Amino acid sequence: MAQDESGRLLSLLTDGQDDLVARWIRTVTSSLAGRLTPAEVQQDLTELYRALLVAVREGGTATRGEAFGEVRSLLTELSRNRARQGFSPTETAISLFALKEVLEPALVESADVAAFVRFSRVLDDLGLYTVEVHAKTREEIISAQAEQLLELSTPVVKLWDGIVGVPLVGTLDSARTQVVMEKLLQSLLDQNATHAIVDITGVPSVDTQVAQHLLKTVVAARMMGAECTISGIRPQIAQTIVALGIEFGDITTKATLADALRHALHRIEQTRVPAGIGGQA
Amino acid sequence: MTDRVPVLKIGDVLLVSIQVDLEDQMVMDLQEDLSQRIVDTGAHGVVIDISALEIVDSFVGRMLATIAAISRVLGADTVVVGMRPAVAMTLVELGLSLGGVRTALNLEQGIGALRRARDQGPVGR
Repeated sequence: MAQDESGRLLSLLTDGQDDLVARWIRTVTSSLAGRLTPAEVQQDLTELYRALLVAVREGGTATRGEAFGEVRSLLTELSRNRARQGFSPTETAISLFALKEVLEPALVESADVAAFVRFSRVLDDLGLYTVEVHAKTREEIISAQAEQLLELSTPVVKLWDGIVGVPLVGTLDSARTQVVMEKLLQSLLDQNATHAIVDITGVPSVDTQVAQHLLKTVVAARMMGAECTISGIRPQIAQTIVALGIEFGDITTKATLADALRHALHRIEQTRVPAGIGGQA
Repeated sequence: MTDRVPVLKIGDVLLVSIQVDLEDQMVMDLQEDLSQRIVDTGAHGVVIDISALEIVDSFVGRMLATIAAISRVLGADTVVVGMRPAVAMTLVELGLSLGGVRTALNLEQGIGALRRARDQGPVGR
């Protein structure tokens, strides 16, 4: 019986191939509202239909089986591309479900409800698969962007001979602290810098967590032998810091980057003069 | 026989360059050698170079603090130089801050810091 159904389904799919594909393409193109050209849709779907036909012929309705390997890889590529182009998972899945719509009249006419149900189960399964791949692709994109953001948002700039600055923009979490620290320490080494200024003008809020991360960065820079100043503390943030009872200990803090730079230059001047005398002595 | 860490004299500064991971016996030997050399040479400063160390744990941290304390008793300032960024980050993550030990970026700045400290008298941090 099941063999029969598959056979009938298969013959239907094979006989009406051109007509079905054409109608499928039309349905999908209209559902995507012109965001993909009919030519693109045609290419995707024709290939998919061919693979689906082969898969049904060989593997029946076991969509997770080996026979559906090619269908799955085609679908993976399709949903990846759609995800990158900004289509929603529904729009991607509908591309598949549209085939049901197209097949429905033909199968209902021949009163082959059982075959239709079986085939629609296959399509449901494949539809779910595209959603899965779609979601996974979006996640990949998001994590890649987060990484890029991390790279972009933490520059270390040379402010003066021996002074490097880190203008922090955005919230500090432990992952960013790690990146900031890494870059700062490396640039201390590269620039032979004795002073570092961490500017937090762009940090929207400072809580105990953020303060902890700042302290870590400062302590690490100190251990490398550099003096570290925190600048860019806005009035509200100063109030928050005191209200929360955050202790910056003996770390120098300044209101503006300019103040911090002046302080650092002053410190460098202080250390330079006696060294000169020492050299003469 | 375990290796000994060499103690080199540059002017009135002693240089201790640690090149290998230290063991207990080496640390004991180093403390002995260094304190003897400080007394012999009348050095006013000690520079400990740890730029070759990839791992600094609490053991090494304690050793550095001990050496600094011994040197101070003998009238010499200690500067730890050449800490790698990765090492500094690990120490911070471990919650260690090498309290009581002065640090400098490299040997040159370390010696400069010691010279200034001698000229100005002891500068605490």
